Amino acid sequence: MALYSEKVMDHFRNPRNVGQIDDADGIGEVGNAKCGDIMRMYIKVDDASQTITDVKFNTFGCGSAIATSSMATEMILGKTVQEALSMSNRAVVEALDGLPPHKIHCSVLAEQAVRAAVKDYYDRKGIAYNPEDFPEVDEDELHDHCGL
Amino acid sequence: MFVYADNAATTSISKTALDAMLPYLTENYGNPSSLYAFGQKAAEALAEARQTIAACINAEPREITFTSGGSEADNQALLSAAKLGERKGKKHIISTAFEHHAVLHCLARLEKEGFSVTLLDPHEDGVIRLEDVEKALREDTCLVSIMFANNEIGTVQPIAEIGALCRSRGIPFHTDAVQAAGHMPIDVKAMQIDMLSLSGHKFHAPKGVGVLFARKGLLLTNLIEGGGQERGKRAGTENVAGIVAMAAALKESCANMEKDNARIIPMRDKLFTELSKIPHSKINGSLEHHVPGTVNMCFEGIEGESLLLMLDDRGICASSGSACTSGSLDPSHVLLSIGLPHEVAHGSLRLSIGEYNTMEEIDYIIETVPQVVSYLRSMSPVWDELEKGLRPHLI
Repeated sequence: MALYSEKVMDHFRNPRNVGQIDDADGIGEVGNAKCGDIMRMYIKVDDASQTITDVKFNTFGCGSAIATSSMATEMILGKTVQEALSMSNRAVVEALDGLPPHKIHCSVLAEQAVRAAVKDYYDRKGIAYNPEDFPEVDEDELHDHCGL
Repeated sequence: MFVYADNAATTSISKTALDAMLPYLTENYGNPSSLYAFGQKAAEALAEARQTIAACINAEPREITFTSGGSEADNQALLSAAKLGERKGKKHIISTAFEHHAVLHCLARLEKEGFSVTLLDPHEDGVIRLEDVEKALREDTCLVSIMFANNEIGTVQPIAEIGALCRSRGIPFHTDAVQAAGHMPIDVKAMQIDMLSLSGHKFHAPKGVGVLFARKGLLLTNLIEGGGQERGKRAGTENVAGIVAMAAALKESCANMEKDNARIIPMRDKLFTELSKIPHSKINGSLEHHVPGTVNMCFEGIEGESLLLMLDDRGICASSGSACTSGSLDPSHVLLSIGLPHEVAHGSLRLSIGEYNTMEEIDYIIETVPQVVSYLRSMSPVWDELEKGLRPHLI
């Protein structure tokens, strides 16, 4: 059996929405180079409808880090920012037909990158939000996997 | 194009080895422990293989114990020396931080059993210094175990010097020579080695067979109890075909060593020269003290697993010390031991070539690696920050 599903390999080989948005409305970056993965997510939002009209990503990381980033961008494009916030890492894993157990943290990073981008959008626009929707990322838990 | 550039992981079986082993898988299937002539034919083949292998490393046939491979040989060497030390009340072992896990994990087990272990760090060039070994020696040191050549970065250690030091102090010296056997000259007498491990599949024999050399008089501890095979030191019916193949492969590798290395070294050096042209790349390990076939480099701003997957898509089999390739999630202990920062160690690539590789394949690697590195950098936020000066270049 291959390490990754066909879907993961497809998103790794042909990642969707790679790049940057110069006039992004929100940018979220999560991860740590020391741990071997960083994701940066850019979103463009239509203020009236709160719809994500464009999304791009840059990722430093392994095959599944690139694939989960790519999948997450596909899942939130055209959705409202509220809908984007409800995307769980589990949903990303399922959409990719699964990930090996030690790669699940990549999907957690993808979820957090989306949240961080939305939070940045809210902050920039002065939109009030419930802080509970954006819990502080537990760095220890996130980096538990890399022994730092 | 398909290019196999992971010969430090395993090698293909040579035609010589295959031809030598086939009769012992087919018509000569007798058990070497059987009394009748049919069984004794297998016993004779074993004896001949033992002699051949002993000659390749300048040992005596009775000093050769056949094992299932390098890991078993390492385990038996370490546990035997520990047992001998314990009897004399000596429970200190010196080794290095960049050994293979077969040694490191075995040492961790001995530590739990009350041994104290000193792991020496190699210098930045990937070489252990004799004076560091000397400084670490204690009255109660019962073993020094230092690998001949490192499996990831290919650096060769001052084995003869360490051997002379240990011999002069009367301390057993073991070396894991899995990466060196068949590729570099080994002389256990001249180098004053007391125990040495090697593994057949690293020099074109099949997997599942290896050797522990232990100098005459050094009492081995059994890992496997049972019948009287291997002078009672390793029970279990011998892997006759594998052992015969290993002997044939080692003999051939040693006979052709100079000729093969004269082809391999220029290929390796071309890889170093050309891949070093990639900006912000780094060669890992001293080039002065190096096995012929191994190239290890880091490329800043990218991660090793994605590099390997993309090379695989383009037909190149390689390896990485990246955390993500191993299932464990830490970057290579070897790269960390030579002082590389975590973020740099994640972006490593090991290419290990052998006598079956061609210059055409090397040129294909040289053409492909820079393309893949620059593609991955183009989507890397780390590279983006490095380029914009927001993050300092580390290499």
